[in-house]
Amino acid sequence: MTFDAIRANKLRSTLTLLGISVGIFSVISVMTAIKTLESSIESGLNVFGTNTFLITKDPAIQFGRNEKYRNRKNINLDQYFQLKERAKLPILVSGGDETQNVRVVTYKDKKTKQAPRVSGGDYGTLRTVNTYIADGRNLTEEDVHLSRSVCIIGADVVDVLFPFEDPLGKVIQLNGINFTVVGVTERQGQSFGQSQDNYVFMPVTTFLQRFRGKSYSLGITVESESSELYSETLDEVIGALRAIRKVPPGEENDFEITTNDELMETFGSFTGSIKIFAFSISVIALIVAGIGIMNIMLVSVTERIKEIGIRKAIGATRRHILFQFLTESVFLCQIGGIIGVIFGIAAGNVISLVAKVPAVIPIDWAIYGVISCSIIGIGFGSYPAWRAANLDPVESMRFE
Amino acid sequence: MSNLISLNQIKRHYDVGGELVKALDGIDVSIKPNEYISIMGPSGSGKSTLMNIIGCLDTPTDGTYQFEGELVHEMDDDQLASIRNRKIGFVFQTFNLLPRSTALRNVEVPLIYSNTPKAERLEIARSSLISVGLGDRLDHKPNELSGGQRQRVAIARALVNTPSIILADEPTGNLDSKSGIEIMKILYDLYTKGNTIILVTHEKEIAKHANRIITIFDGKIKEDRANENMIKAL
Repeated sequence: MTFDAIRANKLRSTLTLLGISVGIFSVISVMTAIKTLESSIESGLNVFGTNTFLITKDPAIQFGRNEKYRNRKNINLDQYFQLKERAKLPILVSGGDETQNVRVVTYKDKKTKQAPRVSGGDYGTLRTVNTYIADGRNLTEEDVHLSRSVCIIGADVVDVLFPFEDPLGKVIQLNGINFTVVGVTERQGQSFGQSQDNYVFMPVTTFLQRFRGKSYSLGITVESESSELYSETLDEVIGALRAIRKVPPGEENDFEITTNDELMETFGSFTGSIKIFAFSISVIALIVAGIGIMNIMLVSVTERIKEIGIRKAIGATRRHILFQFLTESVFLCQIGGIIGVIFGIAAGNVISLVAKVPAVIPIDWAIYGVISCSIIGIGFGSYPAWRAANLDPVESMRFE
Repeated sequence: MSNLISLNQIKRHYDVGGELVKALDGIDVSIKPNEYISIMGPSGSGKSTLMNIIGCLDTPTDGTYQFEGELVHEMDDDQLASIRNRKIGFVFQTFNLLPRSTALRNVEVPLIYSNTPKAERLEIARSSLISVGLGDRLDHKPNELSGGQRQRVAIARALVNTPSIILADEPTGNLDSKSGIEIMKILYDLYTKGNTIILVTHEKEIAKHANRIITIFDGKIKEDRANENMIKAL
């Protein structure tokens, strides 16, 4: 019955659908876009392993320049070794640094086209960034102590320099300096259209000697044994580092601690405000669409007064009529909603194409979308349906 | 035989712009099963109001109405809808079919409201249409049917729930004489099969098809007599 009426008024039904579609479209597309960004940023942020925090001189996310940070002492190798010595709770303390100064890496006649990231660290560094050795070996304590000229290379570097050869044991040149490849890491894939596999990694000591002058500041990653011991570990490390850096009691830390949670929070507060904005726009759009539905349903009721009268005469109860019109409005809303969801997800995922991150289907928002359509259908369809249900059969049948 | 319908001092008053209109002013009628009754009267006499009350489309302002022992005047809207659905078959002057639905669909609707299962519904609707001679018009919409055919669809619809009475309001009013005769024949057949028929009309000739004629004037019963010269439409 419902469908007869909708089919008979195709244009009107389509226009009504469109209102709902646009409302749902706006919320779904923004939510999909945010979700794609979120998932890619989160995977980017999750370079940190679990139960891990990072100690640096400057904050990880910094707005503008700040004298406070500039005047801080650098974190040098000595401090790093001392911290490693003093802190008992962490299962891992790794110092590292990186540079963009190396333009090309060569092997025989082959060279990398894109400048790789070159970084130094120790045997724990790879683990704290969730990267694992695919072939060969990790760095050892000895490599660090003896400043050996060895390196571990990412999958992209392998692709370019060793398409047909086994890279292990081969000697490559960075800015003309020889390094022996001792390990290859597993492929990480892309984040934000940037490969995560284009790097050369070596002992921090070697790195500092070869690629850094006097001025450098290490980032130290610390991993606690478990999440239960996390805050205890954090306290111990802060205490130890304050002692090493001779920070007088009562004064602020002269270094920054960054945790995964903090990075997520900073990002979350940013997307949160976009979400609220998009959500409120959509709510307005949906209310407007709902008014459209109500208007159309009122027209539909008026147009069918005679039909309602006939139906009542032959035995339709108020509930039958109410149900008929509510089904019609909910059906219209849901079709509109589903169209909106489909186009919204498509539009949102265009962003994932542009940003080269994997496509996302926000199932939760799609479900909320369709549910809210039903609510709109019921909410704005109730009054017209109620009016229809309460029509007097005799008068309605006389209506022309 | 016990009464199928008994109306006792039925009054129906309207307030039209502050003026009291007594459409019905104390009607007493009893109807037994398998009677064929004509309700006659000029327009404005109150016969339509009476039909609406007998058909449970309207409720009296005062008086009592018993339908197969049930007190109709005390019922709420949904109970009235249920009585209309199960006990009364309507045939209207203007057919009152659903314009966008096929004949079959139109006949099926009362069965939907009585919660008959779909397969059974279609079967009953089909055989009802066949019984009025429209077996080959099942999928035609009202605008694809002639007036006489439309009225036969309406009769088929009136019959699907095997009602206790068939209430026909000027059933031939919008038809040519030939179709009118056909319709009257169908009604007569239904009467001979044991149905109770109430025919509302202002035409004397049509009224003579019944075996009892009630004449209404100014909201009161003017005459209620048996019709010796019943026209047996054949």
